[in-house]
Amino acid sequence: MFKSVGKVTKFSVLAIWFVFTLFPLYWIFLTSIRPVREVTKKLYLPQSNSTLDSYRTLFSQYAFGTYIKNSFVVAFAASAFVIFIGMLGAYALARYKFKGKSQIMLVFLVTQMIPGLIALAPLYLLLSKVNLLNTLIALIFCYVGGMVPFATIMLRGFLQRIPPELDEAALIDGCNRFTALFRVVFPVALPGIAATFIFAFVQCWNELFLAMVLIDSDGNKTFPVGMRSFVGAYYIEWGGLAASVMIGIIPTVIMFGLMSKFMISGLSAGIVKG
Amino acid sequence: MAASVHKLVRKDGKKAQNILAPLWFLLPALVMVAIFIYYPVLATANMSFKNYKLFDQSNIFYNGFENFRGIFKDLAFRRILQNTVLWVSVSLFFQFFIGFGLALYLKKKFKFSGLYQSIIFIPWALSGFLMGLVWKWIFDDNLGVLNDMMLKLGLIETPIPWLSNANWAMAAVIIANIWYGVTFFVIMILAALQGVPNEILEAAELDGCGKAKTLFLVIIPYIRPTLILIVLLRIIWITNFPDIIFGMTSGGPNQQTHILSSWLVQKITYDQDWGSGSALGLLMLCVLFIFTVFYLLATRLEKDSEGN
Repeated sequence: MFKSVGKVTKFSVLAIWFVFTLFPLYWIFLTSIRPVREVTKKLYLPQSNSTLDSYRTLFSQYAFGTYIKNSFVVAFAASAFVIFIGMLGAYALARYKFKGKSQIMLVFLVTQMIPGLIALAPLYLLLSKVNLLNTLIALIFCYVGGMVPFATIMLRGFLQRIPPELDEAALIDGCNRFTALFRVVFPVALPGIAATFIFAFVQCWNELFLAMVLIDSDGNKTFPVGMRSFVGAYYIEWGGLAASVMIGIIPTVIMFGLMSKFMISGLSAGIVKG
Repeated sequence: MAASVHKLVRKDGKKAQNILAPLWFLLPALVMVAIFIYYPVLATANMSFKNYKLFDQSNIFYNGFENFRGIFKDLAFRRILQNTVLWVSVSLFFQFFIGFGLALYLKKKFKFSGLYQSIIFIPWALSGFLMGLVWKWIFDDNLGVLNDMMLKLGLIETPIPWLSNANWAMAAVIIANIWYGVTFFVIMILAALQGVPNEILEAAELDGCGKAKTLFLVIIPYIRPTLILIVLLRIIWITNFPDIIFGMTSGGPNQQTHILSSWLVQKITYDQDWGSGSALGLLMLCVLFIFTVFYLLATRLEKDSEGN
């Protein structure tokens, strides 16, 4: 008797949270497929007059194709770089004992306390000095810099689980440390690397404020910055906004869905043990 | 990178032959962190003592503590400080307990639990700013679906001024933030729960511990270090997370829903008063630093066994 009451409670709680989680996304989806004139109607189910007009507008009247491309370029490049740099650092921290190691760990850990927002003004000035303002390269650099600590700590967690005998064998077979890392350790650590990559990609894809400050030409805007076109001071074009939200969340949801199994072990290895 | 073959560190503690090797590996990471994280901190500290307005570049000079005084004297400051405390504490409270509850429920696998997890983890992959806009649409006083639902269900008789009244708006942004952040706790606590060895749980059961007793006397003490750490990380993170507020209210109406970090964004992007923005950033950094030290002292977090 008690057991079944417990079960009912459990599944009701899970169901309520499920609905609460999905409702905003469901609602924005419904908004995005309504005809423009009916955007504000409160109909809780898809109607027969559903249309993709709002989506078409994004690409015909706004430069959303460009924004999406820019976001992909930036997120992909920054994540790839941060994995490369992070792997090198993580390898040193996981495999060597040396003086100052705990201090270096501290240098990485303390960054978690620093509000990233304070970097907005200094980085703007720094990048204007080297003439990189308003370029995607500037964004890539900033994102890599910002993500290095978490990527290094997280990858270190994965590398620690790989037995050192593996790279030892590679060294005996004539690899140097560098080739041992990328030819032998890298493939074994791939699930962890993939989790880190996706985590980094999602962060870059969603980043707004740096992109807002560093980029002002339409051709170089990333997706979240482009989205701000819909948010005028007094008027918001909800249909277009809803459609662009849908497009903006699809890539990360797909990546995340593919990786959600690895995510649990991955994140906890990196962050909790860090 | 022409690294020669270095002997590996073995469990018997044999030193690596070349102490420079690990530093070469770490160099790119350290350079990036120095340029893109630590340099901005120093530059911010410097700028916070300057009169520095982006639109008035010919008029930049050191002005002592003027920026800090300006922040404390700002009429919105008290409200913003209160909002920040409310934003962090209420969001954290609900995120933690809902996250803990869901993690306990999800620990034991059931049919479709994998799928269920993937779906309720979705908010975590989404942009805070985008979701802020979505919630703005839902909470909208006149056009929003929430008022419509509550009216239809007879819960209210007149629409709630969710976004035009400052207090309701604070509630709205916090609700959105809870929605957004529970996932983090579910993931982290679930991982921690899965790390509790089965032998301990079996032993507790043999000793006749009930479910509640096992939870409070066995499981929670076991995962306590993890809990302490993720709560700390989360407090810092929520403090520095203006995205949802930026999307939903942009701090309005009349500056009344700003928290410190969204105020900072406003100072940097709209007001372009970089001196004041830097001063605010420096204050936040100091407060977070002091808080972290006290928090760690108070919880006496032992150096965790796995790091070295």
